[in-house]
Amino acid sequence: MKKIDRRSVLAATAAGAAMAVAPAVRAQPAPIRIGSTLALTGPLSATGLTHKLVGDIYIEQLNARGGLLGRKVEWICKDDQSKPDLARTLYEQLITADKVDLLMGPYATGAILSAMGVAQRYNKVLVHHTFGIPSLAKYDMHFPAWSLGPNPQVTVPNTLFDMLAASPKPPKTIAIVTSKFPSIHFLSLGGREIAKKRGLQEVLFLEWEFGNRDFGPIAARIKDSKPDLVWVGDIGLEGNMLLDAMKKIDYTPPMNFHLYPAPGPMSKSAEGRGALSLTIFEEHQPFVSNPVGAQFVKIFNERATQAKLADTSVETQAAASYTAWQILEVGIKGANSLDDKAIAGWIKANRIDTIHGRLRFDGPNNYGDDLMKIKQVQNGKWQVVWPTQFAAPGTRLQMK
Amino acid sequence: MNFPSFNLLMQSILSGVFIGALYGLIGLGLGLTWGLLRQINLSHFGLVFLSAYLSYQMATAGHVDPLWALLILPPAFFLFGMLMQWTLSKFAITPFNSLLATFGLTVVLESIIQGIWTADFRRLESAYTSMKFKVFGLFVPVPELITFGLSVGIAVAIWAVMRYTDVGKALRAMAEDGPIAAAFGINQKALSLFLAGLCAALAAVAGVCLALTFTLAPSQIFAWVGVVFAAVMLGGLGSPLGPLVAGIIIGVSEAITMAVASPSWAPIVSFSLLIFMLLLRPGKG
Repeated sequence: MKKIDRRSVLAATAAGAAMAVAPAVRAQPAPIRIGSTLALTGPLSATGLTHKLVGDIYIEQLNARGGLLGRKVEWICKDDQSKPDLARTLYEQLITADKVDLLMGPYATGAILSAMGVAQRYNKVLVHHTFGIPSLAKYDMHFPAWSLGPNPQVTVPNTLFDMLAASPKPPKTIAIVTSKFPSIHFLSLGGREIAKKRGLQEVLFLEWEFGNRDFGPIAARIKDSKPDLVWVGDIGLEGNMLLDAMKKIDYTPPMNFHLYPAPGPMSKSAEGRGALSLTIFEEHQPFVSNPVGAQFVKIFNERATQAKLADTSVETQAAASYTAWQILEVGIKGANSLDDKAIAGWIKANRIDTIHGRLRFDGPNNYGDDLMKIKQVQNGKWQVVWPTQFAAPGTRLQMK
Repeated sequence: MNFPSFNLLMQSILSGVFIGALYGLIGLGLGLTWGLLRQINLSHFGLVFLSAYLSYQMATAGHVDPLWALLILPPAFFLFGMLMQWTLSKFAITPFNSLLATFGLTVVLESIIQGIWTADFRRLESAYTSMKFKVFGLFVPVPELITFGLSVGIAVAIWAVMRYTDVGKALRAMAEDGPIAAAFGINQKALSLFLAGLCAALAAVAGVCLALTFTLAPSQIFAWVGVVFAAVMLGGLGSPLGPLVAGIIIGVSEAITMAVASPSWAPIVSFSLLIFMLLLRPGKG
């Protein structure tokens, strides 16, 4: 009888095990691969990291729910270094080399515009987070998660001035000071037009280049012009720097509205008290009455703390990011397909419930309603004050 | 164009003087390395921000007064600067190559800062943050005044050392003609290490001043490069007082432009000034 050596037994066992496992491996379908870039480094990375955190949370939740169309979901996220030109190259790579099934948009406006061009060339659906200039989004398969409507340069100022008109002391004069950063500048020019139409007297209009460091002279000119309301077209830290400069010359504006300030630094600084801004979501009722939104807020707070982010709260950026993933998930499930045209058709034909409201995409350039609200820094926190049905419980506009 | 009130104009000029002093303080170390060591040390900006973040950390976690950080960080950075120079001296590095090498180091420093403190904004809150006083109707903020005082004091001290001490004369001789200076017994290697250490220590001082006045984000390292380079070039490479004077000229010209015309014209005015001065300065070409 032929002797069976130990090596043969091991080989046979391994082969048997492999055969037993093989059907199970074959039965596991390949994951759906979604590709995107984010500004993980560079000047936009403070916000880019928020979007990364949200994407990680969403993919984790999605896979825990069983994924999409019976398949797990894998997110391939590359660093575009806050450079729109690099974002364009990376989106090309994602489609042609990585061969992803679907795309998700990058952050911010410049990179989204680059990604939109690539998506258009390859007929891919592009859902994106916070694109600031709706009139530039001409591609018919792009879908904005940030519900600022097709004409924010008209609707946003009107929302602000409606609120102020209903206040006990409506402003009569306005100083408009603004960065020339593209997605800021056009909104400030819109604010200027609407202010004139509504009878506010413009006592000052100033523009500065993005990257300006010395806000002392701008603060001094605002103080000199004695406005009832200061409209600050700011992005990131510019608003804080301006308020800092005002404080140094012992000036506090009666009312100050900021377009896109860095939310954490503004709410935490003493001089930010009473500042007004825009939002689509804040961490209070009625926004957290939606259980999905409430759960997201809880997880985001935990993860942002673990990630050592200075600002751990959910506001416009995080909410828009979560909304973008919700739109894509619902679109795929609704179309029951990974076909981009089918997904786009379904999204366009339906209304989608998200954590910041019911969205539609059947308006000009696929934009629906302007769901922007006005928020104010009160007791070191951002609280929605207008429209009143979205105001934090017990909160109303505070005048200085 | 509008005509501002006298108070507005003076307040704006004061603001320009203060920001210009910071340009000068950051530019001082950069200009000395460039002029005397023939190295365009872009990592100087990374070191400034590293120092700013360390003073933020010391103030936030350790409750250390930012002015105490001025006693701790510059000596530590002095040693780091010497180490960096010792490493660079192992390679025969041209000024252009030093630009590339130190750019790489700046990117590494930015990544380290982002890895430790994240890309989020950080603000050093200290007892000095809201301090100010009024002189002849003008508000004088204390953090900016500290920066101005340090900037002027250090620039004058270095000017005096360069002019009146043997070390200073040796440094100038080394920059003028290294081999001849060496023939007269000047130890180039030791002087280079000392100067690199000094410039890194200056970066540390500038970092503390930056943290006193500005909110920090890692990516802002590169936002200062253009205007500080302008101050250094306008002030003269290797000059201790030049970057301060040039920084203040740039700061004040920008501030007056903002007060009289539009803030968006400010960079055009300051860089036009740079081109104009470079064209007209004596000894060009």
